[in-house]
Amino acid sequence: MGLFESLFRTSTNKSAALAKERLQIIVAHERGSRRGSPDYLPALKKELLEVVRKYVPVDQSQIKVHLDREGGYEILELNITLPDEEQRHGRD
Amino acid sequence: MGTVIVVTSGKGGVGKTTTSASFATGLAQRGFRTVVIDFDVGLRNLDLIMGCERRVVYDFVNVINGEANLNQALIRDKRVENLYILPASQTRDKEALIKDGVEKVLNELKQSFEYVVCDSPAGIERGALMALYFADEALVVTNPEVSSVRDSDRILGILASRSRRAEQGDPPVKEHLVLARYAPERADRGDMLSVDDVLEILGIPLLGVIPESQTVLQSSNAGVPVIMENGSEAGAAYGDLVDRFLGKNIPHRFIMTQKKGFLKRLFGGS
Repeated sequence: MGLFESLFRTSTNKSAALAKERLQIIVAHERGSRRGSPDYLPALKKELLEVVRKYVPVDQSQIKVHLDREGGYEILELNITLPDEEQRHGRD
Repeated sequence: MGTVIVVTSGKGGVGKTTTSASFATGLAQRGFRTVVIDFDVGLRNLDLIMGCERRVVYDFVNVINGEANLNQALIRDKRVENLYILPASQTRDKEALIKDGVEKVLNELKQSFEYVVCDSPAGIERGALMALYFADEALVVTNPEVSSVRDSDRILGILASRSRRAEQGDPPVKEHLVLARYAPERADRGDMLSVDDVLEILGIPLLGVIPESQTVLQSSNAGVPVIMENGSEAGAAYGDLVDRFLGKNIPHRFIMTQKKGFLKRLFGGS
């Protein structure tokens, strides 16, 4: 830090603001996957799986339900991996 | 019945043992019968900070295993009345802390002590989980630094979901924030998270701010809890913290920068 800066405190080094911003994002994200996940999620997952199974044979582990909070609203993310034949076309 | 208080943090090296030692000492100095337990099995250190390392005969695990009774294992502090230390075992068996055994020891201590302070190991493994499981209140020790704040948030999640109070649907563990190693001038300059930043992120009540201080290392060198160093800022901050815990309304000190004069800034360095 130069003499001028140390005298007049014009330093623009504000790494704390960056730290705070990064923390707010990561902490909100980790809380979302922890405390935030409501009680009904496991039941919802089970029922969804039952419905899908009526039409396609899907394994228990092939369904992922994820709830995220962003700003004022919540995003429910549902990911079902369909069995083999779909996989060959879908993604590699 | 005594109150069980866990001193926890998730991250290592943030000041859990320093805080446990000073907090327990402060409670005892104010007349409360207090015991402080080291839960860090295999890495015993509270005895060194308390200055009683040469008086350890039996330990926590010996008591759990029935190899010694509590009176044999408890070390009475020579400087402060009403203060006792239960040292950790140096065994390498991390599974030695059986939940039933820990519960039995804590219940027995709660009969004769007003405060049972549990010094948690770092991490979220068995020792840390056992230290917080039976807690009524928690001191969450945090440094103004990203990894420490994140880990504290993680621990808050565990307190809220995996403590006995959470499991049994009792009123939740009462949480207190202890912000240690704080440097007000760095926070003012904007290169350290401020008290308000940390409070905003963690969202739990502030019990005390402990300023970064050389006295902490000096007192640990000597095996004297820093709260006994009356003249030091860190010691005074711990004193305030204990008084606040006991319900006194004391304004926070050591969170503002002491204003330096122009000449001091010019010649006195930072």
